[in-house]
Amino acid sequence: MVVPQRGPGERAVEISLRVPTDLSVVEEAVDLVARHCLASGLPPHTARFQLRVVLAEALANAIIYGNRMDPDKFVDVRVTVGRTGLTARVCDQGEGFDPTDVPDPTEPDRLERADGRGLFLIRQLADEVRFNERGNTICMVLRRA
Amino acid sequence: MSFTVRKDPKGVVVIGVDGQLIVGNRHELKQKVVDAIEVGERKVLIDFTNTGYIDSSGLGALVSLSKKLRDAGGELRLAGLNEDLRTLFELTKLDTLFTIADSADAALASF
Repeated sequence: MVVPQRGPGERAVEISLRVPTDLSVVEEAVDLVARHCLASGLPPHTARFQLRVVLAEALANAIIYGNRMDPDKFVDVRVTVGRTGLTARVCDQGEGFDPTDVPDPTEPDRLERADGRGLFLIRQLADEVRFNERGNTICMVLRRA
Repeated sequence: MSFTVRKDPKGVVVIGVDGQLIVGNRHELKQKVVDAIEVGERKVLIDFTNTGYIDSSGLGALVSLSKKLRDAGGELRLAGLNEDLRTLFELTKLDTLFTIADSADAALASF
């Protein structure tokens, strides 16, 4: 669902979608959001790179670690594009986790591990990353340069 | 999204990634490399010239495959990463783990 929002001196667009717990739909969901963000004036490189990476990683984490691949659960995505940038919230139906308890995948003893880079990339590419108290919702902010 | 496999005259198996290397297709790539190892191949080059995006699970698959080839006495090299993909390798410090060439031709010349 795409809803134009009007605030004081600003025109924003909000994109909401409910994603099933299915890794094969991540790409389609990210493409859908990126297309609407581009149409809403997000700079092309931000939509093509930063948004794609942070949203795809957040969705994959929500599906794999949050919902634990349970097909009865879903992931809610809400993206707002405004004059100052973009805010993306990804909420799963899992028990949540402690985001301060995630090791750095670039440490020498973790460099050859196959997993554990998703949240790291989100933190590197988003301008701001927040979690709710439960740890099942991530909020990522991309500011316009 | 698809993978192409060819063998260079020097004996290097070159796998091209067309589109994306992501959670949905990483197993297909892994299987192609495992198949090559099982028939005795030891030099594998993955060509990303036509690749738009690699996610963290794709990066993880490359790390696993590199280790698998090393354990078998071989080597995995990479080529053709665009600027954004290079950034992902640099951020995750995986650029220190792989030999990365600008193009497949450059990689094959020194493999």
